[in-house]
Amino acid sequence: MSDALSRMLADREWILADGATGTNLFNMGLSSGDAPEFWNVDEPDKIRALYKGAVDAGSDLFLTNSFGSNASRLKLHDAADRVREFSRAAAELGREIADSAGRPVIVAGSMGPTGEIMAPMGSLTHEIAVEMFHEQAEGLKEGGADVLWVETISAPEEMKAAAEAAKLADMPFVATMSFDTAGRTMMGLTSQAWATLAEKLVQVPEAFGANCGVGASDLLRTVLGLSSQGSSIPIVAKGNAGIPKYVDGHIHYDGTPELMAEYAIMARNSGATIIGGCCGTMPEHLEKMREALETTPKGERPSLEEIAAKLGGFSSASDGTEADAPAPDRSRRRRRRA
Amino acid sequence: MADDEEDIILSELDDEELVQQMHDDLYDGLKEEIEEGVNILLERGWTPYKILTEALVGGMTIVGVDFRDGILFVPEVLLAANAMKGGMAILKPLLAETGAPTIGRMVIGTVKGDIHDIGQNLVTMMMEGAGFEVKNIGINNPVESYIEACAEFDADILGMSALLTTTMPYMKVVIDALVEQGLRDNYIVLVGGAPLNEEFGKAIGADAYCRDAAVAVETAKAMMARKHNQMAAG
Repeated sequence: MSDALSRMLADREWILADGATGTNLFNMGLSSGDAPEFWNVDEPDKIRALYKGAVDAGSDLFLTNSFGSNASRLKLHDAADRVREFSRAAAELGREIADSAGRPVIVAGSMGPTGEIMAPMGSLTHEIAVEMFHEQAEGLKEGGADVLWVETISAPEEMKAAAEAAKLADMPFVATMSFDTAGRTMMGLTSQAWATLAEKLVQVPEAFGANCGVGASDLLRTVLGLSSQGSSIPIVAKGNAGIPKYVDGHIHYDGTPELMAEYAIMARNSGATIIGGCCGTMPEHLEKMREALETTPKGERPSLEEIAAKLGGFSSASDGTEADAPAPDRSRRRRRRA
Repeated sequence: MADDEEDIILSELDDEELVQQMHDDLYDGLKEEIEEGVNILLERGWTPYKILTEALVGGMTIVGVDFRDGILFVPEVLLAANAMKGGMAILKPLLAETGAPTIGRMVIGTVKGDIHDIGQNLVTMMMEGAGFEVKNIGINNPVESYIEACAEFDADILGMSALLTTTMPYMKVVIDALVEQGLRDNYIVLVGGAPLNEEFGKAIGADAYCRDAAVAVETAKAMMARKHNQMAAG
């Protein structure tokens, strides 16, 4: 493998990824309800500014503005036929900013979920999901993305489809899932189950991990769960800057730059190699995170108590990985008919 | 152990055992067994309303509690709701014929500016699973859409959903409009979505914030019961 990310992973002890996309774009005037991907074509300077904000704050890697650039999401804006165009443009602008950074910076082509429930419970089949992700992946590849970055996924089936799409596009990929329901993904996957799944994907990701979810504390608990499985795949931590709070009619994430710096150090100590933020993480957070990672030596793996003490408590007592984790407790009175 | 167990013939169970078995079958998401169970109870002369509340809603309550407690997750709940739906399809025309009281009617949609609908689709399925009638008006709803849909559907409950911190304040706009038009007291207003919390729900004047789909169902049931009591008293 000689792609830019695997080279950087070989050279470096840690990589600083970027922060929020949505929060930054809303601050630049994106209206709620509009798909941010239109801006890749209609407001390219704002997307350049988004990328540049992360690079100038010290990010070694940033995600393209293509999270919702798939046929299922863009259909809601009558733009299902523009997937390839928006994805390509997102990556082209990224390439431009990365190549003028004066140091190696990775362009990671963001691929978010389809937003649909997969068969048999829902209507989205594996074949259609692969096709949707593949179309997006080809656009990102054409635009010059170094690596695909599949993120915020909840369903194992959807992750499998995305991995297959990466393979079809002949692109390396990174994969993160979102653990927001009692320490598991919405579909009930534990961190340990994700570590097992990642190794078995049709194409093994260059790095895997967690993004978004509840707060920085929960995210680190997930990273501890991933690293405890002893996988050789590097781990990604991209947590939100605290929890959103409603103050005087506006929303603020309560995570300060100092808190996110603490989070970055603990993420590395927990076993993460690629460290960044998610919702609410602005350039000022990234700067503090970079500074903290550069000036603090790697330390001991933190305990859950330490994480809670420094970053705040967890959203649930269990994350499903303990031996005594809650499990269905119904006494079956009969065997199911085969 | 499991291998020694024998298949149970639903029609051979007495009423109480059958209802227990249906609760288990709902938990396991077995649609055909639920349909069979509903038909057996109908043949035995149970009223559709009694079947709905005791066999189906009773079973879904167990599912809801385990979902709330992080024991069951979305895939299991969807299967259970699907099994419930099978039973409901049989009962629905009969309930209408017999003039049985409805459990409640809800309009739900994401607020203007918000295109994230997976949460409200789950709530819709869970609410239907609990016997509510739900009109899901989709994404990106301005004030007028909510108000029209509530009037048209004769709703008891208005549900609003938002995934984005930038769109959640719009919930207050809708509630303020209801107040201005003198409609606020006609509806139980429930709000939900990942970035919300109880404090926010109170601040904007909603009746309740619902952390997840299971809590939405519990809250809706509790508030409908209160509403019925008030009507009886008033």
